[in-house]
Parts: sequence; structure tokens; C-alpha cells
Amino acid sequence: MTWEGGAALGILGIAAPAVPGIAVKTKSLLTGRRGAPVLQLYYDLWKLLRKGTVYSRTTTWVFRAGPVVMLASLLVATLFLPLDGRAAPAGFAGDLVVFAGLLALGRFALVLAGLDTGSSFEGLGASREVTIASFAEPTLFLCFIALVLATGEISLGGMLGTPLAVAWPRAGASLSLVGISLFVLLLAENSRVPVDDPATHLELTMIHEVIVLDHSGPDLALILYGGALKLALFGVLVVSVFVPRADLSGGVAVAVLVAGVALVAVAVGVVESIMARLRLNRVPQLLVGAAVLASFGIILQLH
Amino acid sequence: MHNAARLVLLLIVLSDLAVLGTTRLTSCIRGLAAQGVLLGLLPLLLAPQLSVHAVSLGLGTVAVKAVVLPWFLARAIREAAVRREIEPLVGFIGSQLLGALAIALAFAIASRLPLPPTQQSLLVPVSLATLMIGFLVLTTRRKALMQVVGYLILENGIYLFGLTHTESVPFLIELGVLLDVFVGVFIMGIVVFHINREFDSLDSTRLTELSD
Repeated sequence: MTWEGGAALGILGIAAPAVPGIAVKTKSLLTGRRGAPVLQLYYDLWKLLRKGTVYSRTTTWVFRAGPVVMLASLLVATLFLPLDGRAAPAGFAGDLVVFAGLLALGRFALVLAGLDTGSSFEGLGASREVTIASFAEPTLFLCFIALVLATGEISLGGMLGTPLAVAWPRAGASLSLVGISLFVLLLAENSRVPVDDPATHLELTMIHEVIVLDHSGPDLALILYGGALKLALFGVLVVSVFVPRADLSGGVAVAVLVAGVALVAVAVGVVESIMARLRLNRVPQLLVGAAVLASFGIILQLH
Repeated sequence: MHNAARLVLLLIVLSDLAVLGTTRLTSCIRGLAAQGVLLGLLPLLLAPQLSVHAVSLGLGTVAVKAVVLPWFLARAIREAAVRREIEPLVGFIGSQLLGALAIALAFAIASRLPLPPTQQSLLVPVSLATLMIGFLVLTTRRKALMQVVGYLILENGIYLFGLTHTESVPFLIELGVLLDVFVGVFIMGIVVFHINREFDSLDSTRLTELSD
């Protein structure tokens, strides 16, 4: 790993909470409001970290483990992405399965923690989250298959690194389809608007937010930070597919990545202000649409 | 030019998928109009040099497929007051998956067809995919207007296939085809309107109960 890669890892860790902030700010400005400051999540995290935690008597260790496992799995998943556009801090052939598995593990831990509270609302949210994930995960793998076919590499660090820049002139159409598909996945996995509304205050309509209703204090801070990191992670994926950065020098590559993720956050905000949340039974259709786009990308590769 | 034509062909497939995935009839018609514009661009992009033939074919296509027909269908929707395809015979997820399957099949078949080498290798698979998706829409939707849309997409697929031979097909024949389609849709629009006025519904499954 180059020092730029390490620096990028640090920037990602520190700046992740600003990513949802940018999305919220964009949405506020576009809908004619002033909105919360971009750094609002930092204030929230600071406030939550100083608070005590309340545990319900019905919960067990599963509830306490949830946020920690979620954040840990996301942090490990970050290591597989080539942040400087060349090589990932960690990686081996087939690590894309591990990457998807780590994302699934984080979700699983949180869903279990939600179920552990015994609250019917959280059970409802958990079931919805898992339903959406069962549509999102095949799409993620279809995107990976298209990337593998385009680059001939079977590790995330490999295929998002130098080979991707080589593949773009040859398979640009297919890769843009994959990128669009990944952006839809970003919206679904991070509970953004067409799938879930992060700003909702009604338990019945929440998906992600309702699972964490019972978490408080530092636990909630871990979850919020994890959510921001996950958004940033998917942002990095989208940017890496659209902008191969292997030809740029290390520092420039990292700067492009940061700007790209910020731009993705703005795009999320724009989507949130022009679209309403989809009805729950229409969400699978959106994700199947993304899967169809990715498989069209695969077909183009095989052509 | 080659890459631009490739992009246009990909966008045509995406507009097929968009029509497959939307419930609102107006968005379907918008998708159809967008496809018409793309189809009008193609003769210009595929022609080795700009000829009167290619330009007039493109302009004629845009005028009929992107302006007149969508406008006519939009009017039919307004008159008949139907907005959504609520319960197609195959659900929207199912039809999207079938659409993906159709695209895969189209590419598989096109690679096995004994075609003369053309300048644009995507043209035949995209035309086959459009044909199949049009047929899918035509057969699985209940609303008569959506079936007209399906017919038009099917026809777009045939038009795309015809583009492989633009150089050898006389201009008049193509104009004749465009006119045929236009008249066909015109008649269908009038029929749809009358069905709606007579039975208060455009659900084609209910037409099986007709008897004299």
C-alpha cells in the first residue's frame, strides 16, 4: 500500500460522516430550505458519545454486539477497496465474495440486534431490511461479474485498479451500466429515498431507522457512523467504476476520489428531492431493474 | 460515428426496458417517443456519408415515430381517461426478467445468424431484442393502448432490422412502411376510443365476452 492509499483510508474514516451531510444539505437547498449544517452528524456523534446507554431488560448480548459487529465488518470491508486507484490495502483472488459477505454480516448483526429487543416494530423493519437485501445482493454480484468479465481480475483491488482503465475504451457501455446499477444499489443499501426515507418519523414507514430505535448513546453513535461509512463505501465503489484513476498520480487520484464521493452524495440529494419514496411492493421492481441493467452489461461483455 | 451509433443502440434497449418497467401509460408513451428520436438518429449515424436519403429517412422517422404517433396516443389516453396498467398478465418484475432474457436470447441468436459482416455489429441483436420486447408488451398487457405501444415497439424492431439494408432498400418502400404503421395506429386509436365509449373500459380480456 502506498502512503497515498493510507492517507485516503484516513480521509475516508474521518470524512465519512460528512457524506450524508452533503446529501441532506443538497436536498434542503433544492427544496428551498436552509437545512442542517453539513457537519451535523459530527455534532450528533459527539453528543451521543458523551451520553449513557440504556439497555432494555429483555435484550441479551446479541443487542450489545450488533453495532460493534456492524461497524467492524464495514471497516474491514473498506480495506478491500483500492482507494488510491491502484492497489487495495488487503486483497486476494475472490475477495469480492468476502466484501459482499462482510456487508451482509454487518446487516445481519444489526437485524439480529433489532429482533433481540422483541419490539414488533423492529421485527417489521428487520423483515423489510432483509427483503430488500435479498434483492440487492444478487444485483451486487451481477455488477461484480460484469466487472470481472471486463477486467479479467477476480479481486476488488485488481479489477477496480489498473485493469479497469484498460477496459474502459473497450467496454465503456457495459461499465457505465454497471455504474448506474451500483448507484441504485447505493440508494437501496443505504436506505436512501426511493427505497427508504431517512427523514421519516413514523415507525410503520421506516425500514432502516426502525431497527435502531432501541439503541442509544455510544451504540447509536457507532450505528450512525457505520451508516455514513457504508454510504461512503458505496460512493467509492461507484466513483471507482466511473473514474478509473490508475493513470493519475497518487495524490491526484485521492483528491479525485474525494471529489467524486462528494458528487455522488450530491446526486443522492438530487434524487431525494426529485423523487418520492416508492411503495414497498415497488421496491423489488427497482432493484430487479438494476439487476437487469447489470445483466445487460454482462451480455454486452459476452457479445 | 461508430461509437455514437453504438450508444444510440444501447439507449434503444434501455428505452425498451423502461417501457417494460413503467406502470403509467404516459411514461410508456414518453419512452416510445424517446425511442422514436433515437431511431431517427440512427440512419444518419450509420450512413457512410450524409445523403439526402439518410437525412430524409431520419426526419421522416422522427416526425412519425417521435411526434405524430406519441401525440396521437397521448390524445387517446386523454379521451379514454386511462392512466395506468394496473394488473398485466405478467407482473412488472416478471416482465423485466423476461426482458433481460429476451436481450440475452437476441444476442445469442444474432451471434449465430449467418449475416454478412456489417459496420455495426450491435444492430441485429438490438433489433431482435426490441422485436421480442415489443411482442412481450403486446401479449402481456391488458390495456388496449399498451398493446398498441407493444405493436409500435415491435415495428421499431423491424425498422431496426431494415436499417441493415438502408443502402439497397429504395426510399419509397420505407416511406410506405412508415405510412402503413401510421395508418394502422390511427385506426387502432379510433377503435380503442370507440371500445372505451361503448364498454367504459379498455381491458382487452373483457372483449372475449363479446357476442352478437
